[in-house]
Amino acid sequence: MFDLKDPFNVIIGGVGGQGNVLASRILGEILIGQGYVITIGETYGASQRGGSVMSHLRISKKEPFSPLIPQGQCDLLIALEPVEALRILAPYGKPDVLTLLNTRPIHPIDVISGDATYPEVSKVIAKVEQLSLRVWVLNATEIALEMGDPIFSNIVMLGALSTIQVLPVERQAFEEVARDLLPSRSLMENLRAFDRGREMVKEIPSKKVPLA
Amino acid sequence: MRSIAQNTPGKVVLLMGNEAIARGALEAGVKVCAGYPGNPSSEIIGSLAEVANELGLHVEWSINEKVALEIAAGASFSGLRSLCAMKQNGLNVASDFLLNLNLTGCKAGLVIVVADDPAGISSSNEEDSRLFAKIGDLPLLEPAHFQEAKEMAREGFSISEALGLPVLIRSVTRVSHARGNVTLGELPHSNPKPAFDLAQPRLAFPPLPNHKVLHEKFKKARTMFETSSFNVYRGPEKPEVTIITSGSGYLYSCEAVFNLNAKERVGILKMGTTWPLPEEFLLKHLRRSDQFLFIEEVDPFLENNVKEVFAQHCMELGVKRFFGKANQMIPDVGELTPEIVTSALQALLAIPYTPGPEAYNRTASEALAEVVPPRALSFCAGCPHRATYWAIKTALALDGREGIVLGDIGCYSLGVGASGFFQMKTLHAMGSGVGLACGLGQLDRFGLDQPVIALCGDSTFYHAAMPALANATYNSANFLLLLLDNSATAMTGFQPHPGTGTTATGSPAPILDLQTLCQSLGAKVEVVDPFDIEGTIAAILKMVRMVKGVKALIFKRECALVSGRRQKKNYQVEIDPERCLGDSCGCNRLCTRVFKCPGLRWDPKKKKAQIDEAICNGCGVCVEICPASAIRREAQ
Repeated sequence: MFDLKDPFNVIIGGVGGQGNVLASRILGEILIGQGYVITIGETYGASQRGGSVMSHLRISKKEPFSPLIPQGQCDLLIALEPVEALRILAPYGKPDVLTLLNTRPIHPIDVISGDATYPEVSKVIAKVEQLSLRVWVLNATEIALEMGDPIFSNIVMLGALSTIQVLPVERQAFEEVARDLLPSRSLMENLRAFDRGREMVKEIPSKKVPLA
Repeated sequence: MRSIAQNTPGKVVLLMGNEAIARGALEAGVKVCAGYPGNPSSEIIGSLAEVANELGLHVEWSINEKVALEIAAGASFSGLRSLCAMKQNGLNVASDFLLNLNLTGCKAGLVIVVADDPAGISSSNEEDSRLFAKIGDLPLLEPAHFQEAKEMAREGFSISEALGLPVLIRSVTRVSHARGNVTLGELPHSNPKPAFDLAQPRLAFPPLPNHKVLHEKFKKARTMFETSSFNVYRGPEKPEVTIITSGSGYLYSCEAVFNLNAKERVGILKMGTTWPLPEEFLLKHLRRSDQFLFIEEVDPFLENNVKEVFAQHCMELGVKRFFGKANQMIPDVGELTPEIVTSALQALLAIPYTPGPEAYNRTASEALAEVVPPRALSFCAGCPHRATYWAIKTALALDGREGIVLGDIGCYSLGVGASGFFQMKTLHAMGSGVGLACGLGQLDRFGLDQPVIALCGDSTFYHAAMPALANATYNSANFLLLLLDNSATAMTGFQPHPGTGTTATGSPAPILDLQTLCQSLGAKVEVVDPFDIEGTIAAILKMVRMVKGVKALIFKRECALVSGRRQKKNYQVEIDPERCLGDSCGCNRLCTRVFKCPGLRWDPKKKKAQIDEAICNGCGVCVEICPASAIRREAQ
């Protein structure tokens, strides 16, 4: 069913503390279980101090690729924060990139201090849409907050990923990996977060001619 | 939860480079492992500590890297395989012992893993620690990918035993902190009984005969590496260009050849044993091409050493052209990227290549410039360091004598920037703020009239600042030490240390109390909670104004991420929109513009501050900052 481009390149990006490293690891584990050769490059260091972070996933049936995706070669962007999507698309995007976007902003300290402004989210989505072949959106942070803890937003996003038919991510495979990797006391909540992502994700109807 | 100790040979698992190194050590039957945390090396000891009890190993976070290496050497002398892991700065600390250990040699396999941080993503410096292998005549291995990281760690123990020398494995961020497929091997079951053979003392002295023995071992290593399976050539028989690469450079080189569709024209010689270089093996490959491109992080180590071999044999080899850092084709600082390697290769082969269509790239860059705000690093919401720096800033301003804050390495290094209100004025090695204060603390006799203030964290204090504090007392230096005790080695992943009451493997440990320790080293000590802003400001002001001697003020408050894992929020924090007067308050937006906690927001439409409930961790400190009492907290 999935005849993936080889290598298929995924970036999971957001802000330190949003759980992009865990999300990339879970996705990697799901895919390795299906016989793929995976390489994941992670941004550490800044990861717990509010900086921009990215994980690069290379998915191949043949061999390991480098832990950094070459510029202009991202096939799927999973953005955990709106402006971070644009920050990543600038170097790594291409006309047929697919984008899955969490619409909930996290304000950088320069915005909090008033030295910079955060754009209207609708404007960010419009730009992302202009730079992507297809775009799916959901407010994963809001869903996670409704569940009682913003920590679940990365799992909500993985749930959303499982419905858009871009990568072979099934609920069953997620559950198996979650049992292995996540604390057992939070397993049920993580499964619920995954399911909420499946329900809530929406594709934005395209209204543009792709930039070639 | 998954561990690196599953005994399932042949199974393919997703491992981080550091976990792969740890797994390789387990497959070699390692018994004793020691290190000090530091990115990008921390998960090596971290993952071994998780399985230590199950497998009956001794794994510890040592007080610093020199002690860690001495622990590993002690085990090796007694016949147990041992591993020591650290980052590049750590090898500097351990180097005094290392450059004696090379002279005495070792018995059971001893593998020293050093993970370098090219570009200093989470370091104060950028350094290529491979040069230590050259200084010490020690065998050096460089893994290029995850499977090789495991194999090299395992094989490293056998090489060490065959040579009677410690083996250095040099990793980098993009190997250590990356994940990939690793096929597991078998875990052995051996329980050798340790014994130190008194007939074989390990004495570096007298140096000359020992140095001679070392050189003999070194020659043996060179011969051994001639047939190493870690050195691999991939490409045509007679390539136009041969890339000579090691470590992270290998996958970037493969990527560049793939991108340029140039595998008929380019060969890749991946060197896994990079010191000593196997000369005959290298000569064979130098005969293949007339052009060579060196791809490595960070210094031209391989580049210079290969050129040295070439120079020795140039009459036979004829004219060759070398490209790399020497001719500035490859940058001589920072990390490599696929783009750096691709553009160098495209220049050599004259192949046109642009990443993506121009119209797209232009629109994307415009969107970035037009709407995307910068995202600077900052202390986490609820971080005690923000409150600490707020108090330091306020107290030093009240004191009015331009106190100098001398700092060092930790999360609190962000004190050099906006998040710590630009308070920290020096930043070097672990504990260096205290050492510098010993120096500046003598300058009042020459007329220095600014107060001298040293700043260091709890783990750093144990690691490197205790000798400096003893020195201060002995030599009557005058300064105030601010000791930021957040009960964790926070920056590297919350590893325990001698003040936390637990060991690396989770056993209870006696607490080396910082207050008692500072007192016994001769300092006058007080303790404050930085969340008590007023009390903390008063304490700093009082102590900075005491004229003579060594004073220590301990800021005791657990790291917000550590406490956040254990408990929910202390407070529900809210901002009363009626009371928040925004721009008309006169506070000049103290909470958002100056205090800048990421848990706060400024609403430009309503012109009021808000709480971001997805980020706020409920520390409640901003309540004390607000002059209009608009921020309220309710205990949870």
